[in-house]
Amino acid sequence: MPGPTPLFYTFHFYLFGLIAVASALVFVTRKSPVAAAMWLVVTMFSLAALYVMLDAQFIGAIQVLVYAGAIMVVFLFVIMLLNLGEPSQIADARGLGWKLAAGAVGLGLLAEIFALVRGTVAQPFSLPEGYAAQQVAAQGAISPIAGPLFHQYLLAFEITSMVLLTAIVGAVVLGKRRTDAR
Amino acid sequence: MTTFIQPLLQVVDPQLPPPSGVVYFVATVIKMLVVFTIYMVGVALLTLAERKISAWIHDRIGPNRVGPGGLLQPAADGLKNIMKEETYPGAANLPLFVLAPAIAFVPALLTWCVIPFASPLPTPWGLIDMVVAPLPVGYLFILAISSLGVYGIVLAGWSSNNKYALLGGLRSSAQMISYEIAMGMATIPVLLLAGNVALNDIVLQQAHGLWNVLGLTVAFLIFLVAAFAETNRLPFDLPEAESELIAGYHSEYSAMKFSMFFIAEYANMVTASALMVTLFFGGWDIPGQWDVAPWSAWKTLATGGFFLFKVMFFLFFYMWIRWTLPRFRYDQLMALGWKFMLPLSLSYIVIMASAILGLDAAGVARGSWMFGLSLLALNVVLVGILLFLIDRGRLISPAYSRLDKRNVDKLRAVAARSSLMAEGRN
Repeated sequence: MPGPTPLFYTFHFYLFGLIAVASALVFVTRKSPVAAAMWLVVTMFSLAALYVMLDAQFIGAIQVLVYAGAIMVVFLFVIMLLNLGEPSQIADARGLGWKLAAGAVGLGLLAEIFALVRGTVAQPFSLPEGYAAQQVAAQGAISPIAGPLFHQYLLAFEITSMVLLTAIVGAVVLGKRRTDAR
Repeated sequence: MTTFIQPLLQVVDPQLPPPSGVVYFVATVIKMLVVFTIYMVGVALLTLAERKISAWIHDRIGPNRVGPGGLLQPAADGLKNIMKEETYPGAANLPLFVLAPAIAFVPALLTWCVIPFASPLPTPWGLIDMVVAPLPVGYLFILAISSLGVYGIVLAGWSSNNKYALLGGLRSSAQMISYEIAMGMATIPVLLLAGNVALNDIVLQQAHGLWNVLGLTVAFLIFLVAAFAETNRLPFDLPEAESELIAGYHSEYSAMKFSMFFIAEYANMVTASALMVTLFFGGWDIPGQWDVAPWSAWKTLATGGFFLFKVMFFLFFYMWIRWTLPRFRYDQLMALGWKFMLPLSLSYIVIMASAILGLDAAGVARGSWMFGLSLLALNVVLVGILLFLIDRGRLISPAYSRLDKRNVDKLRAVAARSSLMAEGRN
């Protein structure tokens, strides 16, 4: 990489982290589904930026391509077609009990994150510093991912794609089922 | 493949050896300014070019009042659009209504930062790559960013709170999603040949072998059609079909905000043209001894000029098509995208992957004349088969073509049914 100084790196890490967290908060508090969807796109983008800063350019590009560019577009499409009506009718967490339960789950997850930050990552899951950047510089951004995926984990990859294919076929069959028999 | 590209990369890629931070920073800022300026002036002039070319095709004169030969017409248009009143529909969602034109425009502009537009420029401070940001995931970046272009149109359609605008927005999102898939699939053979997704590698692979349009013509044809659909240009301008939807997604927009959609359309055209040139027409490559080190400022200038020339050819092609072909029907659009282009690109991937694998197994080196010649021969056969297949009125019969038997039968069945129904009613 063309020399990212630590300050430069830290600044952008906190910048994108802040944008991601802030837009995620706005996303869950919006009443209008379209506005919420757009804020989620902003979150996806900041996450992609964080991936790129970790030298995972491929993951960053795929994050934007799949989540921001495809899944959210379909979401938006469905939201617009369904015309969900008045925002007050569609709130999920209605009573006080639900809100308290949701808050408790949120706090629990937050505590888990703090616990994870304090602990150390097991050796097989961590890479030496700068390893990812070296790999990208030596082999390009794709080969370090494609190699293991299509050699070492080929069977798992193929099984996963079969599962996804089954899901797609199932969705099409269910979607095409006619309610009026003729 | 990596061993083949590696020595070339060392010449071109600034990451090895890394230039000092200051040079990198200054060079990037200068490149950004230059590319942005040329791009924006070019887009403005394109609106004039569109009107001039349409006039030429219609046998008219076209705009000729402002400046020499109408050259200042874009400036006059811009001034007019800024002075006009901005109207806001009463029930519009204002934040998104204002944001949509900007969202439509930005992705097209962003894409340009990864497209290499000339050979590297040697300077006293090292070799400067003639691309704003040489990303290792160049092509994926383009796919990712261009998949965001749909937001501007969809949000414009939705936030206007107008049924025609909403229909336009929905049409465009369906259309762009459908053709994005064919577009991505069509470029997989290109990536297979280059062995990487960095656009520099794709250009270099073509510079040292065959331009992809000669080796992968079918992929180019699919990409060309998909690029027209992605930019919402005729014959795929259903999102703004004025005979059905007033002006589609931008019905409610006026003044500069309307103009932004206009600018976005041309910006998208420029980007799509540059992409076609980079992926299939060798990028900045000039056949001959222009694409090898030692680099010089003259080579940079010449290759940059040639790149611009190729881009301009495709822009002309866009306009030529617009004033030549009528619009598709919506069902034809969907049938073409899903039932024809997607299976075609998938089978093409299989054929090309097997061919490349076979050539590798036979020990034919990539980039050798034997490799290029085999691809060319295979390509001629495949293009012949494709043309034979599509020239049968199976997909979209032009008005003047004879109907094939299947369609005649279908039409007869429809006619018989409707006459039966008419009898039943009587």
